[in-house]
Amino acid sequence: MSVATDAGPRRAEAFRVTRSRRNVAWTGIAALIVVVVLAMFPYIVYSGTTSILVQAFIVLTMASMWNLLAGYAGLVSVGQQAFVGLGAYFVLILAINGTSPFAALPVAAIGCGVVALPLWWLVSRLRSGYFAIATWVLAATIMLIIERFSSIGGGTGMPLPGFSGFDPTLLTAYTYWAGLAVTVLSLVAIYLLLRGRLGLVLTAIRDDEVAARSSGARVGLARMLVFLVAGAGCGAAGGVLAISQLQVQPSAVFSVQWTAEMAFATIIGGLGTIEGPIIGTAVYMVLQQTLASYNAWYLIILGLVAIAVALFARRGLWGLVDTRLHVRLFPVGYWVRLGGEHPGGVRTGPARPALARNRNRKPT
Amino acid sequence: MAWVNAIIQGVLTGGLYALFACGLSLMFGVMKVVNLAHGDLAVVAGYLAIFVITVIHVPVLWSFLVVVPVMAVIGYALQRTLIQRSLNRGVLTTLIVTFGLSIVIENALLQFFTANSRGIGAGLPLVQDSFSIGSQIQIAYLLVVIFAVAVVVLSGLQYFLSRSKYGRLIRATADDQEAVQLAGADYRHVFGIAAALAFGTVALGGIAYGMYSQLSPTTGTDTILLFAFAAVVIGGLGSLWGTLLGGVVLGVAQQIGAQINISYELLAGYLVFLAVLVFRPQGLTYRKAQS
Repeated sequence: MSVATDAGPRRAEAFRVTRSRRNVAWTGIAALIVVVVLAMFPYIVYSGTTSILVQAFIVLTMASMWNLLAGYAGLVSVGQQAFVGLGAYFVLILAINGTSPFAALPVAAIGCGVVALPLWWLVSRLRSGYFAIATWVLAATIMLIIERFSSIGGGTGMPLPGFSGFDPTLLTAYTYWAGLAVTVLSLVAIYLLLRGRLGLVLTAIRDDEVAARSSGARVGLARMLVFLVAGAGCGAAGGVLAISQLQVQPSAVFSVQWTAEMAFATIIGGLGTIEGPIIGTAVYMVLQQTLASYNAWYLIILGLVAIAVALFARRGLWGLVDTRLHVRLFPVGYWVRLGGEHPGGVRTGPARPALARNRNRKPT
Repeated sequence: MAWVNAIIQGVLTGGLYALFACGLSLMFGVMKVVNLAHGDLAVVAGYLAIFVITVIHVPVLWSFLVVVPVMAVIGYALQRTLIQRSLNRGVLTTLIVTFGLSIVIENALLQFFTANSRGIGAGLPLVQDSFSIGSQIQIAYLLVVIFAVAVVVLSGLQYFLSRSKYGRLIRATADDQEAVQLAGADYRHVFGIAAALAFGTVALGGIAYGMYSQLSPTTGTDTILLFAFAAVVIGGLGSLWGTLLGGVVLGVAQQIGAQINISYELLAGYLVFLAVLVFRPQGLTYRKAQS
């Protein structure tokens, strides 16, 4: 994906700037191969496997979006289920009106992004902790409003129409491809977003909000943009959720459990890195599949692990890998190397989690 | 008359919501901690009360004498371990840790005590009976008692914080921990005491809700935490009497909503909350001069 951007003619100078300490061009090719192989899965594996993977895609998309919020913009939202639910309902409403649920997915994503704008206007008035609960109240309110409309199933929900013509095998395959597409597009969007100007602004905010503000970084705008993107992403994931379950039930799609899952997966994998949510989702899926027969246990264990990681290994599992190997699969920051040799490495870039931000400050 | 009744009921349930909210408000005011596990801890207190009543046979109305100290100790311990540790690492970690705690507690309750909802002291005259004014207004004794308890707790806290020596220390710590530390007091201990106080009120709130309605593992988040938070925001952050006002406004909004259509109860409360957020984000009682 990224080739080290050697400062060609300036090579003689004492330093050079690269995106990563190692050349990671191969990861771009590897990622492409992984996506192609994943895309061929419906032809080579049983449908049981693909439906588990669809679940993984949903969690990975949501976790990546939550990571963008909490890890990069410092916004802890515990109300992202609002967008998961809205995405599901966008798909449902369009399907009732005759659109194919799959064609409804992009509309659901854009719709959620648009809805996120007034919601941001409401919740951005509150800071950190109160912002968190305010998003939660919003999610509850949106669910209560949607339950008022009996034409879309009221409080009990309804099955998703629009699948009558589909062969079951084909439907499973389409669902899988839709999930894969949403996930890949989300990851690419986040990657490009963070490599660009927004990533730089977010890094500045993370390191010192006041300094960033006074240097002209538009802090509020950057945060709003992240909130909108996260809303759209979670909406798309909610749409895939509706398609994979073939029904929409308000208490299920608006459950705070979604936020718990995306947050825990992100924290365990590593907050503030693109790789973190991917690893976290893998851990989540393994736990969920092994403990599936013990009801709520997987969430209990996941929660305990997330608490432990947040307290003792703030950079998560990927942080452990990164500390040892200095590998970045999705390099969004910069390395400054002295003499082109071993790094006297000053690393900038939004690679360190925002958690580290207040490490040495008194709690305020 | 039905509307008058709705308003009276709303004011009285407002006392219950203020009881939920004052612990949240206290912890934010002193430690700047927003405890997302607040509601679940209230449910834990309620379940503890049920345990104490059914297993140790403590009279229902005196169960709080056991539960409140136990929760206070749990609060002190949690503050000194988990919460202090996460505070040292910044606001984000505090939120993540308390959110994790909330999910863990809720699912653990679900796992060990099933999703069944259970009440406290059903059948007791105090919990069941009511008196009537005229033909339409019926007031439950319990709600009056809960309102009185809320007023007593809030004025007690207010008095403690503004007049007593230790209250002064708590306020000083809230203002500047390092200065307090230099003056020879351990701010971590002070935080622990504040958390113990907050958890004590949480315990009262949990027991009161168990008597007023029913507790289930999800009550903690979908009712107690969200109502407590709405009351705090409506009333104005960091003001204890504002919390009571916020609770009352929320309660009245819910009862009036329920009067229009029973299914509007929750929605009406949240809509008032959102309206306050839009038109008066600093809360109803905010004054500029207030510290």
